[in-house]
Amino acid sequence: MTSLISARSLTKTYGDFVAVDQINFEVLKGESFGLLGPNGAGKSTIMRMIGATLQRSSGELAVLGKDPEKFGPQIRAHLGVVPQQDNLDSELTVRENLYIYGRYFGLSKKFLTPKIQELLEFAQLEEKRDVKVEALSGGMKRRLTIARALVSEPEILMLDEPTTGLDPQARHILWDRLFRLKELGVTLLLTTHFMDEAEQLCQRLIVMDKGKIMAEDSPAELIRKYVTKEVLELRFGSDKNSQFVDQLRQKCDRIEQLPDRILLYTNDGETLLTEIVGSGLHPITSLVRRSSLEDVFLRLTGRSLIE
Amino acid sequence: MIAKGAVAIAEGRIGKPLEKYYAGRTRAPLQRSFIAFKSSAWLVVLSGFVEPVLYLFSFGFGVGALIGGITAADGSTISYAAYIAPGLLATSAMNGAIYDSTWNVFWKINESKLYQGMLATSLGPLDVALGEIAWALLRGLMYAIGFMIVVTPLGLIENWWGLLAIPAAVLIAFGFASFGMAATSYMKSFQQMNYINMFMLPMFLFSGSFFPLTVYPEIVQWFIKILPLWHGISLIRGLTLGQIDSSILGHVLYFIVMIALGLWFTTKRLNALFLR
Repeated sequence: MTSLISARSLTKTYGDFVAVDQINFEVLKGESFGLLGPNGAGKSTIMRMIGATLQRSSGELAVLGKDPEKFGPQIRAHLGVVPQQDNLDSELTVRENLYIYGRYFGLSKKFLTPKIQELLEFAQLEEKRDVKVEALSGGMKRRLTIARALVSEPEILMLDEPTTGLDPQARHILWDRLFRLKELGVTLLLTTHFMDEAEQLCQRLIVMDKGKIMAEDSPAELIRKYVTKEVLELRFGSDKNSQFVDQLRQKCDRIEQLPDRILLYTNDGETLLTEIVGSGLHPITSLVRRSSLEDVFLRLTGRSLIE
Repeated sequence: MIAKGAVAIAEGRIGKPLEKYYAGRTRAPLQRSFIAFKSSAWLVVLSGFVEPVLYLFSFGFGVGALIGGITAADGSTISYAAYIAPGLLATSAMNGAIYDSTWNVFWKINESKLYQGMLATSLGPLDVALGEIAWALLRGLMYAIGFMIVVTPLGLIENWWGLLAIPAAVLIAFGFASFGMAATSYMKSFQQMNYINMFMLPMFLFSGSFFPLTVYPEIVQWFIKILPLWHGISLIRGLTLGQIDSSILGHVLYFIVMIALGLWFTTKRLNALFLR
């Protein structure tokens, strides 16, 4: 597999603040690669360095074998960029947005006319083609931003927090579209702080915190490596949670106390719950669920992804 | 002909002058303005044309009736309206260019994030700067033509040299637009944007638009002669009154230097804002 993006000791500092701290990673052709971490972990900074709109402080970075600082326009021609904040052209219609963005790349009208039709279908926006962007819903705007990023037929699609701010339904539609792109062989690079998004879309991901990589693997492998199969969540009431922690600690592999609940890591949640209730403890609510990347992050950093 | 892909187009620019800043596609952002213009507020567009005409009728013919004629440099007497018309044309060229390159640009940098989107493509900052400025100039050209259509039948243009006032107005607009865009890149809020107006209004009132500079002490005259609007007004006045001499060349040169510096400055700033 050829590596499309490769970072070696990549670092970005702003004065004393280290936003990205000597990180190494490779993104392979055709894979979907995720950067998972809370806000401020350095994910967007990495995206901008790859996108040749931000210079690194030190280390090496190659995108399609080229240095983004030396070949900015050439590298940007290979990338489709979906920024965190929509920056669609609000004065233009849906179709005009796609057309003019293609023109920014220097693409001809002859190339763009069929391309736009194809992208409108892909983004399920055919009926909105002559509507001003302002009138679109949040989910439609995101889909248009993705369609816009695809107008130049990029080799790598970069998405910064693609579904932040969308309702669950709009999010699922978007995931479906991204999944199709993945099937078509487009290399996806995305940042997210939603663990379910990372699990749905990423074949491989790095977990980031404070500019550093905490772990790197596939979602399933990360869960297997760092946490148990299942989690039992118990609530005893916010002021009572702490008094049961010590008593519960010996019953499971690992325990985490959050402000509102206690998480017990075990490979068999139901059995553990029966045992706890049998020993005379009565939580107000209890829930057995599969472990997720959220638990991996909690294990690695002691903090939640969404704070 | 096979349509070329984005990568081939970008690769084709390697080795060309200014390759990191300029993709040779000024047309693309210009085309964008054109598409947006079709559905824009026509009243705002119209106001740029109406404003100098209103000034001309109020001051030129109103105040002018009280003043009578003004003695020009060559000793002949000209009407007050003919005296201030070039000042108003130069000022409207300045105002139009400044409006397009400051308020509009501020909005595109900070609110709509338009330039961020443009510079995520293979466009360079100089393409964006030139495209936006070219648009401001096209509007400036329309205003200048409109103004000339109004003033020429009124007998305020003395001779054929006066026609050159139209390209001169575009030159003036170019100078202001190239600097305005760079200055805007430093502004952080709408409040700060008002600093630009604090500079513009006094320049309009005191740069010889309504009366000759000779009313001021010499030191003030020198100060005003450093400012661009005085050069703009003097340039156009020389042309419309047919006073053609080497000073015209000096004013043109002033604006050429201003344009070159402004473009360099704007490109640097766009690079610093979006490609760092």
